[in-house]
Amino acid sequence: MKTVLGQLRPALIVFAALSILTGLLYPALTTALARALFPSQADGSPIARNGKVVGSALIGQPFSDPRHFWGRPSATSPFPDNAAASSGSNLGPTNPALLKAVRDRVAALRAADPAASGPIPPDLVTASASGLDPDISPAAALYQVPRVARARGLSVAAVRALVLGRVEGRWLGVFGEPRVNVLELNLALDAAASDALQRNAKAGT
Amino acid sequence: MTENAWVQCIAYFAAVIGFGALYGPYMARVYEGKPGWLGRVFGPVESALYRLSGVDPDEGMGWKTYAAAALLFNMLGVFAVYALQRLQGLLPLNPAGFGAVAAHSAFNTAASFATNTNWQGYGGETTMSYLTQMLGLTVQNFLSAAAGMAVLAAFIRGLRARETENLGNFWADMVRTTLYILLPLSLVMAVVLVWQGVPQDFKPAAKAAMVETVHYDNNGKPASTDEQDIPLGPAASQIAIKQLGTNGGGYYNVNSAHPLENPTPLSNFVECWAILALAAACCIMFGVMVEDRRQGWAILAAMTVILVPMVLFCAVCEQRGNPLVAALGVSTQAVEGPAATSGGNMEGKEVRFGIADSALWAVTTTAASNGSVDSMHDSYTPLGGLIPLFMMQLGEVVYGGVGSGLYGMLVFVLVAVFVAGLMVGRTPEYLGKKIEAFEMKMASVVVLIMPILALVPTALAVVSASAKASLANPGAHGFSEILYAFTSMANNNGSAFAGLTANVPFYDILGGFVMLLGRYWIMVPTLAIAGSLSRKKIVPAGEGTLPTHTPLFVGLLVGVVLIVGALTFVPALALGPVAEHLMMIGVR
Repeated sequence: MKTVLGQLRPALIVFAALSILTGLLYPALTTALARALFPSQADGSPIARNGKVVGSALIGQPFSDPRHFWGRPSATSPFPDNAAASSGSNLGPTNPALLKAVRDRVAALRAADPAASGPIPPDLVTASASGLDPDISPAAALYQVPRVARARGLSVAAVRALVLGRVEGRWLGVFGEPRVNVLELNLALDAAASDALQRNAKAGT
Repeated sequence: MTENAWVQCIAYFAAVIGFGALYGPYMARVYEGKPGWLGRVFGPVESALYRLSGVDPDEGMGWKTYAAAALLFNMLGVFAVYALQRLQGLLPLNPAGFGAVAAHSAFNTAASFATNTNWQGYGGETTMSYLTQMLGLTVQNFLSAAAGMAVLAAFIRGLRARETENLGNFWADMVRTTLYILLPLSLVMAVVLVWQGVPQDFKPAAKAAMVETVHYDNNGKPASTDEQDIPLGPAASQIAIKQLGTNGGGYYNVNSAHPLENPTPLSNFVECWAILALAAACCIMFGVMVEDRRQGWAILAAMTVILVPMVLFCAVCEQRGNPLVAALGVSTQAVEGPAATSGGNMEGKEVRFGIADSALWAVTTTAASNGSVDSMHDSYTPLGGLIPLFMMQLGEVVYGGVGSGLYGMLVFVLVAVFVAGLMVGRTPEYLGKKIEAFEMKMASVVVLIMPILALVPTALAVVSASAKASLANPGAHGFSEILYAFTSMANNNGSAFAGLTANVPFYDILGGFVMLLGRYWIMVPTLAIAGSLSRKKIVPAGEGTLPTHTPLFVGLLVGVVLIVGALTFVPALALGPVAEHLMMIGVR
């Protein structure tokens, strides 16, 4: 039977070899495959507008302009949706700080659209797990349609159609939840609004 | 629970158990040195490794040598991860220019990754260089998982051996587990994750010009920015093995809740499946190796019988939501159709996962000693959050860590056989091996050490002012945060009620020792049991033998696991989550 010292050589060599294999070769091979097969995803799924990267399709952004749809509240610091430091609120269910935050968000939504009635979808007033959630539920998007339409001078029906056209369903109809990507929705909305503006300008001349 | 949640759960367990049934027999062949066609790919690497290191893969080890080799190898892992973190400022592949990690934090992380705990005291994207993530953390994700499976293989050999000392060769087991079981699966899974949107490159964080400028308060001074950093790096390769190897230490701070770590429902399904996949396969492998497949299925059945009701209960609690939030005019009803919403308690959850996927993940990750998260357990409803806590308190034997979960469960099997033996007044035996005083002493050590490691440090923290300064939430929930932290570390789970600021010397150092003891204080007596069993004769089954593959025995095993867990932890649970639940429904 070998002693502990006798095991030292295999320990060092097996450790070094498996480290190189799993710590260098395996990530390198994965990277090469990723490069070849899915280059955009491998680099964080960037979205460009007019040749400039305006964000990632997978990372939420802070929106507070009434002409944009608003995303999930974010608990990252020092500013919301800070992708360099992901974080949830970690507030417990009975924590007074949680209830105050939700109350403030409810008040802000009601102030932005006093005509809206009915209960507010939960994802619109609770902080996401990552602080970077790119999505809201279809209900949360539809809740904001009247406000956005009014602020843009667009018809409710047009904005509603835009939202419903961008709903992503469950995977295979079963897994996950239906959702709307807020950044992509707002970019589409900006594009639609500038089209409408140009049409109006043409009609005026 | 919604109808869709039921369908998701059924599909999930079908995928896990189906995979186990297919992959388990293959794993059994790997441990006999017959890896099939992959042997033609990796065979030359394997034999070159044996030549270099002077290992004869057929040379058997007794339990003491096996344990010494395992401990030595794991110690090397601790040193390597510690050194990489302390020196990362001087090493390459550090585009963000991170400096050395603080000593207490580096010790905690080194212990955490070597013990397959993967408790995250740090935030990955703000602390660790790409080199540390790969050569330190990814490597330990493989090796700590492989070590757990190697010890399991040795334990099973002890059960079926006839009067020998031979438990197999640790080095051969490590090399074969890594090459034939973990690497191929990880590579396939990593590519699937990249397809879904997980980054995999060596570039520094990308800069994006956001659509709106954000105004915020920077330590009392008004500030604004329109720049967003999109963190990149070799993420997919690490995330694949962190899920498969029941490691759980995230690439990013919020783990698999991060939209780059887990971008879609598909990636979530694959990552969540990977939490239990190899643990299920281990059970089937066990049945094949002891030449009685029913034994493996019986244990898998016992695990599943405990797990499924826990998943359902947690999902129901979260779907019901938080009455205090509902009272503020927030809907908690799930709605299908064009205006769909998941309803329920969405604080600390992601829209793409909703309630069902979050609860399923929370319960499986704590059942399996994985500890990765796709939602923030700290913000669960009190009873919804009790379930992950209790799953860990069962000792990580319900599926459990790869390898370690099943060898832990087999120790509970010995306890169950012993209890049954006491009831009918016969010498207990398992698979033809007589269970005697030595085995029971070791089994008691295994079962008792975890509650001590979880509860004593919790008590210490509760009376220490500096430990309490780390709490994020007041009252009973704060106590739950501490209890959760030490339960997680003692059980090598690694998930957290993450509000607790654990990256301070108190939790880092005490927790580091708890993790090391929680892993090796169980691993070594388990190997001692294997050594003792291997020397015994196999007694043919007689009329008085208790069959261990029947529903009756499955029920007995479930009872033993639940009673031991409940008796130990119910008082502590009453002070934390249960007290908070009563407060929540009382103040309406």
